[in-house]
Amino acid sequence: MSTFWSIWVSVIVLGTVFGCWWLLWATRKSQTTDTETDRTMGHSFDGIEEYDNPLPKWWFYLFVATCIFALGYLALYPGLGNFKGLLGWTSTNQWEAEVAAAEEKYGEIYAQFGDTAIPELAQNDDAMKIGQRLFANNCSVCHGTAARGQVGFPNLTDDDWLWGGQPDQILHSIAQGRNGNMPAKGVMPNMTNEQVDQVVNYVLSFSGREEDAEAAKAGAQVFAQACVACHGPEGKGMEAMGAPNLTDNVWLYGSTYEWIKETVMNGRQNQMPAQGGRLSDDQIQILAAYVYSLSN
Amino acid sequence: MRHEIVEKNLGLMIVLIVLTISGGFLAEVVPLFFHKEVNEPVEGLEPLSALELEGRDIYIREGCHVCHTQQIRPFRAETERYGHYSVAGEFVYDRPFLWGSKRTGPDLARVGGRYSDAWQRQHLYDPRSVVPESNMPAFPWLFENRVDHGSIESRMKTLQTLGVPYSDEQIANAANEIEGKFEIEALVAYLQQLGTVISEKR
Repeated sequence: MSTFWSIWVSVIVLGTVFGCWWLLWATRKSQTTDTETDRTMGHSFDGIEEYDNPLPKWWFYLFVATCIFALGYLALYPGLGNFKGLLGWTSTNQWEAEVAAAEEKYGEIYAQFGDTAIPELAQNDDAMKIGQRLFANNCSVCHGTAARGQVGFPNLTDDDWLWGGQPDQILHSIAQGRNGNMPAKGVMPNMTNEQVDQVVNYVLSFSGREEDAEAAKAGAQVFAQACVACHGPEGKGMEAMGAPNLTDNVWLYGSTYEWIKETVMNGRQNQMPAQGGRLSDDQIQILAAYVYSLSN
Repeated sequence: MRHEIVEKNLGLMIVLIVLTISGGFLAEVVPLFFHKEVNEPVEGLEPLSALELEGRDIYIREGCHVCHTQQIRPFRAETERYGHYSVAGEFVYDRPFLWGSKRTGPDLARVGGRYSDAWQRQHLYDPRSVVPESNMPAFPWLFENRVDHGSIESRMKTLQTLGVPYSDEQIANAANEIEGKFEIEALVAYLQQLGTVISEKR
């Protein structure tokens, strides 16, 4: 704040406090008596008159006390332009102190788990209690409070993994996020509607649910052209691409003919947002162990 | 002091009342108009793109700001949950600002990038399909209505007049850029950029 504005603020603030002080005493002085009398202000409207009595003492001194409080406050806290106050308080350093206190209290607890290997950590009841709360606060919005997921957001309690279920794969998924992208019609943008029908039937045939056996047979060729790059020749998926295994009857986007057709026609895009900047490394380690513990 | 002097001189009373009620404004607000920290954008802040601006207007139209604030206060409880506390320089292009005052839902000041686009769409279409305990209303019409591309140019010009640094070229291209987009695309684009200029947690 420039000197001008600093003086500007100080003058208004102090002027207001002393103005109140002056007003209090000035009005009190003009009072002819300090006890209650029957004297009126001398005007009458529709027969209503106003007494000319002083403020009750307790009330008057309450006002005086607020003025004194204001001056004390202005001495201790920043209220007069660039004057920082004797306590040196700012909202930022109050926040920093809060964070530092929490760091001191909880930092140790996190640190003792941060260096433990994930499979071992998953056996630790205390760590898993923390993990469960971290999960509820940060992950449940997409994956659900029971971590069972929902359409488009994977179930974390089963043994089926899009991006791998090994400890460091889970760690990577949480810290750096994942970017799932199935292009519409795979890598065969000119797929005809008939071929879509065939390939959907072929995908259904992996779990023995094809609606049209002949179409499914023809779909094998379409699959080989449009889908194998990610889902593999046997439809078993590929962790490096996050491409789901199509043969295990675990479905991220619905398992019926209509759902699969929709997936093929329009593709699917979704991300797991990276938590690296938001959560500390120790917190991510505990979370990864919690997720690991759900299926191990 | 005699009451009558003030009570019987209307002009004097008006002057004294104005002085009394403007004290706080003169001391707390006026100096901020000349305060660098409040008037200058934080490093890296860009004005909203045409699509994001359209999304912001939908955000206002649907009353999102009535239940969601956009201001993270400097308390640990808030910075742990939402990220770095908000700073004035993030809002210099917000006209009007959407800080809000009521938190029926969570603060959205840094919701950008926190959830995937797919989650945002799903959640706006039917909040309870992703968060069963949510009491947020659903906004299915955003998926049917197209954005109002006809008036985007004049809206951007108004903001330009108010000091938002849009280039004339940006304004000229705006209508083409967003024509035919669904409202949901605009709203999600707006939400996904919220608070992303300051990315570190602390």
